[in-house]
Formats: sequence, structure tokens, C-alpha cells
Amino acid sequence: MSDDREIQLEAEKHGIFLTTMQRFYNWGRRSSIWPLSFGLACCAIEMMATGLARFDLARFGAEMFRASPRQADLMIVAGTVTKKMAPQVVRLYNQMPEPRYVISMGACATSGGPFRDGYNVLRGIDLLIPVDVYIPGCPPRPEALLHALMTLQKQIDAQRLNQVRWYGKREAKEYPVPTFGKHGLEIDGKLIDPVGGLPLVSPYTSPSQGETRSGMIEHPELVRHFPIMDETVERESPYKATGIAPEIAYNDLKRPAVEVNHAENERR
Amino acid sequence: MPKMSAAELKERLARDLPGVLMPTRTRTQTSSDSEALVDGGKAAHPKRGEHAPVDLLATDDAVVYPERLQEVARYVRDVLGYELLSNITAVDYLADGVIEMVYHFFHLGGGPALVIKTRVPRDHPVVPSLTNEWPGANLQEREAFDLFGVVFTGHPNLTRIYMWDEFEGWPMRKDFPKQGDKYFGDSGE
Repeated sequence: MSDDREIQLEAEKHGIFLTTMQRFYNWGRRSSIWPLSFGLACCAIEMMATGLARFDLARFGAEMFRASPRQADLMIVAGTVTKKMAPQVVRLYNQMPEPRYVISMGACATSGGPFRDGYNVLRGIDLLIPVDVYIPGCPPRPEALLHALMTLQKQIDAQRLNQVRWYGKREAKEYPVPTFGKHGLEIDGKLIDPVGGLPLVSPYTSPSQGETRSGMIEHPELVRHFPIMDETVERESPYKATGIAPEIAYNDLKRPAVEVNHAENERR
Repeated sequence: MPKMSAAELKERLARDLPGVLMPTRTRTQTSSDSEALVDGGKAAHPKRGEHAPVDLLATDDAVVYPERLQEVARYVRDVLGYELLSNITAVDYLADGVIEMVYHFFHLGGGPALVIKTRVPRDHPVVPSLTNEWPGANLQEREAFDLFGVVFTGHPNLTRIYMWDEFEGWPMRKDFPKQGDKYFGDSGE
């Protein structure tokens, strides 16, 4: 790859521009990511600020907030997704043409945030649709949104046309729209996000990681424990562990017990 | 600017509408104890559990019988002039088995609110609706029905307003299950 690049740069000096179809295609998409114009809560205020003159989303070619999902490439889930709003968000996502991307903006959209244990907030939009970039923060600063957009651009740069799900004649995948049940949101009659409990379905992993569900219940309704206190904790994969970030669990287990030298402290 | 204290309101109600006020619950020993402590200057703060439990239902506000609520509301509007029904809310006293409805009336000439409360048992919370005379009470009563399960007799459209129609349960009641995973370890009972 680096050789290619050097040859390219050398050729450019002589007025010859070389590129690959893939790079050209990715460049075109990454340079005009049009977001869907919709906001759900206070994160949307920051999103609006990002679009305006001071932070200027137009520098990244993403200033065209489209009022129709048919014309949008990117869904910025900006704010708290209530359980009552979740079906509409999934429906909007289904109406977007491929290739489509999702940024989950803020703590609420990512995990439910401070309302996670409440009765009315979805515990993360990634239970229903695949998310490409997550932004922490409550609400995130506009710079964080810009960074998320740049991260998304990097992901798009890394895409390969023969591997992406949307290239070719395959039909766009419809994501199931949840329905309202007696005890929470349901998909196909199966409870997935109960009111007053834990989510009963695993989130979609990032599409660049393969966009699959593990199929396992991430939060079984059983006794929770800190993996950090469990000596037998194992990392499930390089990217994932149950319960707590694997790096943290891993490093903390290795850390020796802290010994306080009282005599030394007293001498001081 | 009209201003009517709770004591004055209770006096008026007792005089003009005899029998609407629920018997007052006197405050327990705790409150007078703490007052004494305050008087004594920097007395040691009482530790938790040293006192008898505080009677949460003891209040200075006017508490009326639910079946005479409409009568009282009309009196407050027509005689006292407090026309604006600003706020309706419910409070769940789980330990006492009581749901308390709180009504805030305002005078259009300004001034503080007039508070009227009524209490119904938790297992059979039925309160007469004020929607027929205050259309603005419509949505607020639906909210109290949705989240606390208070039934308002005479309400034109008593359906859920925040939660979906298929939902079962009253989310804002104290005994609504709230197990979650936000606070590890706290979730188990």
C-alpha cells in the first residue's frame, strides 16, 4: 500500500494522477455525507451548533441536513431515544438508501445514559440498528461530533467494495421495527427491552466489525458480578468482554495489591 | 395581590362547607424535637434511627374528602376567586397505603397558589374528575392515570398519555420494579 502511495505521489509530480476505483468511490462518499435532519433531545442543540457557522460542518461536506431519509446518508441519533420513539427511528433508518451510516451521539443514544434504569428510555439505539460511531458525553461538544464525523470518514476510507454489504445486487436489509408490548418493546412478539429490567438482546456490533449480533443475551436476568473481582475473567475477544471494558479488567487483575508503609508516613 | 394562607383556607372551608376537611394529622414528636435542638444552638445532629418515623402525611394544607373535591374546587373558584387550575399531580405514599392528589389553584390577580389535597387508598384510587369544568385538567388527569393509576370518574377520555396503550403497570408508583444494571450491586434486593 505504501509503495502504491509513493508511486502515486511520484506520478503526481509529473502531472499524472492515478487512483483506484475503490479509493475514488470512497473519496466521493466520504466527502459528502449528508445527515438526516432530526434531533431527539438536547444533543440536537449541539448538533445544530455544529452545523452552523462557528463549528461549520460544511468543512467536511456534511452540511446538507436532509429533511427526507431518502436523500440522507448518515443518521445522527442525537438524544434520548424513548421507547415510544424507537419504532419511528428504526423506520427512518429503514427508509434510508444504502450506503447508510449511524452516529450514536451522547450517553442516552448510546446506552440510555442517566435514564437507563428508568421505565421509558431505550437502552441504547444499537439494540435496534447497527451503529458506526459512538460519541460519549452529555451532551457532547460540537468538536466531539466533528471528531465522530472524521472517524466515520476514516472508516469509509477503509471500506472495500468487494466486502461491503450494500454494493452489488443484494437488497437492502430491513431492520425489524419494534412493537409495543405489555412489558416493553417487542420484536416478533419477543420481549427485547423490558420496562424496569435489563435489555434481553445483544446490541449490533459495528458494521465494520462484521455487523452481527452475538445472539447471546448480554445481560441475563441473573446475579450480576464485577468481572474485575473475578479471577477467572477471560477476554471474550480483543474488542469485547462481558460487563466491563476488557483493558480495565485485564490491567486491574494484574495490578499488585497496594502496600502502605505506615512507618514511613509517620516519619515524614 | 390576593394572598390566602393554608390556615385561612381551612378556616373558610370549615365555616362554609362543613365536613369537607379530613381530620388533621398532628405532627409527631420528631419535628418538635428537632425544633428544640435548633433552639439549643449547636446541638449534636440526631443520628439516623434515633427518632420515631416521621409522619409523612402530616401537613398544614387543606386536605379534603375525595367525594367532595368538585364542591371544594367550585367554592375555590367561585367564592374565593382562584380560577386557574394550574397543576395536578399525584404522590404515592407506599408505607401509608395512600395516594395523595395535589391541586394548585392560582388567582388571576397574582399571588401564591392555593393548595388543595385529597387522599385515596392505593388499592382503590378513585377521584372525581375536574375536566368538565377545567378543560385544562384533561391531560394532567390522564398523566396521573397513566403513571399512578388514579381513576378519575367522569373524565371524557381516560387513556394512557405517555406510555403506550398496551403497557401494563403504573411506572411512577413506588412499588414499580426498578431493577436495572446502571448501579452494579444495588439492583438486587
